[in-house]
Amino acid sequence: MDNAKSTGDVALGIRRRVFEHSIRNNGGYMSQACSAAEQLAWLYNEELRLGEPTLPMIPKPFGGVPSAGNTDYQTGAGYNGPAEPQYDRLFIAPAHYALVAYATLIEVGRMAPEGLEMFNKDGSSVEMIGAEHSPGMEMHNGTLGIGLSTGAGLAWGRRRKGEPGRVWVFMSDGEVQEGQVWEAVQAAAYHAIDNLYAIMDVNAQQCDGAMESVMDARDIRAKFEAFGARCVEIDGHDLEALRQAAREPHPGKPLIILAHTVPYRGMSFLKRRFPRLHYVRFQSEEERADMNGAIAEELGIPPVDYAH
Amino acid sequence: MVEMVTRPYAGAFEAYALAHPEVLCLSADLTSSCEIDGFRDRHPEQFVSLGMAEQNMMSFAGGLGLAGFRPFLHTFGVFLYRRPYDQLIASVAYPRRKVRLMGFLPGVTTPGGMTHQAIEDISVMRSIPNMTILETGDATEVESICAAADSIDGPVYCRVLRGSVPRLFDSPIEVGRMRELSAGSDVLVVTAGVATEEALRARGALKAAGVSIRHLHINTVKPFDERPLLDHIASVKHGVITLENHVTEGGIGSLVAEIMADHGVGKRLIRLGLKDTYAHGGSRPYLMRHYGLDASALVAGVERLLGRIFGVTEADLDAVRVDAVHSSAKAEAL
Repeated sequence: MDNAKSTGDVALGIRRRVFEHSIRNNGGYMSQACSAAEQLAWLYNEELRLGEPTLPMIPKPFGGVPSAGNTDYQTGAGYNGPAEPQYDRLFIAPAHYALVAYATLIEVGRMAPEGLEMFNKDGSSVEMIGAEHSPGMEMHNGTLGIGLSTGAGLAWGRRRKGEPGRVWVFMSDGEVQEGQVWEAVQAAAYHAIDNLYAIMDVNAQQCDGAMESVMDARDIRAKFEAFGARCVEIDGHDLEALRQAAREPHPGKPLIILAHTVPYRGMSFLKRRFPRLHYVRFQSEEERADMNGAIAEELGIPPVDYAH
Repeated sequence: MVEMVTRPYAGAFEAYALAHPEVLCLSADLTSSCEIDGFRDRHPEQFVSLGMAEQNMMSFAGGLGLAGFRPFLHTFGVFLYRRPYDQLIASVAYPRRKVRLMGFLPGVTTPGGMTHQAIEDISVMRSIPNMTILETGDATEVESICAAADSIDGPVYCRVLRGSVPRLFDSPIEVGRMRELSAGSDVLVVTAGVATEEALRARGALKAAGVSIRHLHINTVKPFDERPLLDHIASVKHGVITLENHVTEGGIGSLVAEIMADHGVGKRLIRLGLKDTYAHGGSRPYLMRHYGLDASALVAGVERLLGRIFGVTEADLDAVRVDAVHSSAKAEAL
């Protein structure tokens, strides 16, 4: 698809949409937009080779879970285009980033803005924690740690079939606390799965707070390298650094990009909540109003006119 | 004397996988114990070693399924659901990946004790939506398990026998079709896996005691066709006995109980198996005797059902088949 916008504009658009949605809906995954906007904007707007969407711009309602009798079942992967050999695939491993991922689909013209209005509504496929059937998703990742393993298996299979398309996994740093992540890197390195790419939003926080206060993961890069991956560390808000990182040679190894980010980037008001930013809920109507005014101004948009 | 077949899975898997290049052989460091060492050595390009990392193996297999392959996962049954249960649900069962879970050493067929004995696997698997469950009871079923499993449009868990395995049947598994081993009219006996061999050991003694046994062998636990079972229950006078190499909660006994209750069948049911207990390490005949899973336990169950004592002794039962603990048919004593 042609880039209708610059990647920087897409990232700004992601923050604006997530902000507006969160103010209207009395809270949300705002800090994930702050940290991941550039990464997802860059992936969708530049790096990923994706075909035209195969699913309707306005998402269909929830169509049932996979079962032998549900012959019309579809995943949400069609928003990333068809699963053809030449195209890349993307998994959003931390599925609670779904709101940010949906905003990205809208910004790059793969989903209509109406899709976000269906977010977390009963009977909708645009679920709060991205499900297999949610726009842009291809598998369940709500249980953290399984994304990279699945990506490794898919990448192994695609290489065996001679497909040129790559497998990308968007990850978060908190999930390295799960042992399965290390099993996955070990397996991908042992089997020299170098068509596997991961980019990790290293925002140093998790549900309970700062990672170092919950279970310090220490030097993630050194550990990934020790387990056999090629690993580069960059500023996750620097688009040129993202572009360079993906060009890093990694023959016979998966490439993992550690994108160090600030979880209140672009919404400075949130800094006063740091490091408890996993899900931002307003502590009072006064705070909601203050946040609305301050962040709207920083993002260059009028304050959201929400129902009191 | 019953024919014994050595390592029936080894040759059967190799022949099947070679005829189906989309089949991949996955192993988690129990390659010779699961009889795929020869396959690994002869066909390394179709073999994927994933080490002692079952959580990754399960999700990795989901990815392979997404890429259009049909991975066969080989390890002890217990390692296919206890540690990687979350991955089993999210990466395999929910998306209906064509992943074939080949679980070796079902129930008390291993001296490895609690950590190695899959005694509640059927119960766990039965409660997972989209899962199919097959169980082998003899060498012929082991030889046909690959084709049967690979015919399933979705994930499938198989209880696979290995080592020296008796040949009881002359026809392959037909998925969904139970075997009617005798057509008596007093008591219906329902068995699966190695419990079927135990029931056959009691056949002569029960006949001598004047009891007419109707015996069904189940190789497809899920999905399960209720109608034939109900017809068989209707054709016996006294009731039903289930005997399984598994806890009595959630396995064959529960399956039969649920169907009887659902259809208001007012006959007695005695469920034999592990009674809300773990087992420990020991030989198979010892464990089956100790925990009441063997031929004499079945005879006692029939006595209880009929309210009669037959006076059957161990000498009246067919000989117990004792596997050598150390045998060329097994990679290690486990």
